[in-house]
Amino acid sequence: MIPLTPERIEERLRERFPGVAFRRQSGEAVRDHTLHVPADHLLEVCTFLRDDPELDFAMLSWIAGVDWLPRVPRFEVVYGLLSLSRRVRLTLKVAVGEESPRVPTVTGIWPTADFLERETYDFYGIEFTGHPNLTRILLPEGWVGWPLRKDSPLGYEEVAFTHNTPGRTKPDPGLKKLAPKKVRYRAQ
Amino acid sequence: MTLNIGPQHPATHGVMRVAVELDGETILRAQPVLGYLHTGMEKQAEYKTYTQSIPMTDRMDYLAPMSNNLAFCLAVEKLLGITPPPRAVHARVMLTEMTRLASHLVWFGTHVMDVGAVTVFFYAFRERERILTLYDEVCGARMTATYFRVGGLAMDLPADFLDRLSAFLDTMPGHLAEYERLVTGNPIWLARTKGVALLSKQDALALGITGPVARGSGVDWDLRRDMPYGGYDEYEFDVPLGTNGDAFDRYLVRFEEMRQSIRICRQAIARLREIGPGDYRLRDYKYVLPPKELVKTSMEALIHHFKIVAHGFFPPAGEAYLGIENPKGELGFYFVSDGSPRPWRMKVRSPSFTNLQAFDPMVRGRLVADLITTIGTLDIVLGEVDR
Repeated sequence: MIPLTPERIEERLRERFPGVAFRRQSGEAVRDHTLHVPADHLLEVCTFLRDDPELDFAMLSWIAGVDWLPRVPRFEVVYGLLSLSRRVRLTLKVAVGEESPRVPTVTGIWPTADFLERETYDFYGIEFTGHPNLTRILLPEGWVGWPLRKDSPLGYEEVAFTHNTPGRTKPDPGLKKLAPKKVRYRAQ
Repeated sequence: MTLNIGPQHPATHGVMRVAVELDGETILRAQPVLGYLHTGMEKQAEYKTYTQSIPMTDRMDYLAPMSNNLAFCLAVEKLLGITPPPRAVHARVMLTEMTRLASHLVWFGTHVMDVGAVTVFFYAFRERERILTLYDEVCGARMTATYFRVGGLAMDLPADFLDRLSAFLDTMPGHLAEYERLVTGNPIWLARTKGVALLSKQDALALGITGPVARGSGVDWDLRRDMPYGGYDEYEFDVPLGTNGDAFDRYLVRFEEMRQSIRICRQAIARLREIGPGDYRLRDYKYVLPPKELVKTSMEALIHHFKIVAHGFFPPAGEAYLGIENPKGELGFYFVSDGSPRPWRMKVRSPSFTNLQAFDPMVRGRLVADLITTIGTLDIVLGEVDR
């Protein structure tokens, strides 16, 4: 079998989607084949990548969000695809704006996206439209904010002392101290 | 009826909570509720230098610390474009295969105990303890190893280590045969695992399942063989496959994987003996700490030491993803670097998290007792699910 080169993948995509502007990510140390895809064509491109017998990206391996603050558009959703039969990986990137961070869900193409998209939503607040159950997954349900955004501080929980916690009072000095328990050892 | 199982329950292997909808004792729907061990490792990594994040990886899949170290270091090395010296490469392979052995022993002991056979647990932990003792000799810690570094190892292997490891490996096939005599033909074991926790090949692919769980369903995929990393292309081993996709087939797959790990370990020992003493870390001091003797004698080495400890190393701006075959499945790290010594983004592709999606389809229509078998056969580690 002829190995599937990045050029061949792009050629197949351009043949099938002549109107879509694919852009290969270039840079000093971009170590994987990475393609930028416009959000409105994401679903048809993904369906083609999965179903085309030559490409056969049967598995969605991971999804990551990236916050590029202060760059515009601010967010990127990164999809790591894997073709088991061709032994090739492909990374897709979708740019997402800050105003209404929204991407169509790929759960209909790869059901594994269920948890992966929920995780990205949980961390970045990026909404995956059409997702069957878009709720927080790792953080508690009532959590406020999106912790992996760059404007969200690392944060810590302050230890409650009397000087920084209004409701907390100093222990009553008249409180009896518990006497240490006497332990009797058996004679040797 | 909705029943809550966990998070504090011995059979959930950590702190997993499952909300189960029941009709009598039949499960209609099972929803894993996650996050009880979430510590925000991905966020923390953005505030640490690359080297400082290595100890965090031990605490993800704490049953396979060296595997996590390996995935982390290989991904950073891919970003930097460096390869460690051969002694480090083969030592890493040897230690990760020991990890696989130890991790599978824990899975084996606890899984069999979950379905009612307590004795086997002690047998499996007896051998695991010997592996942990060997780890202790290598890096001074039984579980939280933090032994691999970007560009090699933290220190050299101790003297006579290879002899002690091969003495242990010689006893292992006998132990495995002993386990098999105890478990494989046992009618209770067969009744509890055959046809239980079924997963078809199509479902495994669609749900992104990897590792022994996928191989038990007949997905012929092992990153060590199919997309070799870290020197695995020089090793000979077989990839066992299941046919039925049930708990019993996954048991057979993992059991055979232990034998294959022993085989790989022996090859690695032979390689290391062939190479003999030598560099265990790269001499590229822009990225790797110089040896201590050099720091005390050479001005440049002292400067490099100071720079790496104080700032960390500066990778080029770019990004890299690398996945390895962890005992549970594909463990991958995705790094985005902006050229500063801290990663702009570190994403962990953890196998337990993704594999947990098979939980609901596996238990639907089954009994509550099968749910316990399913948690065991999925072999999840909650530290890695929640990160």
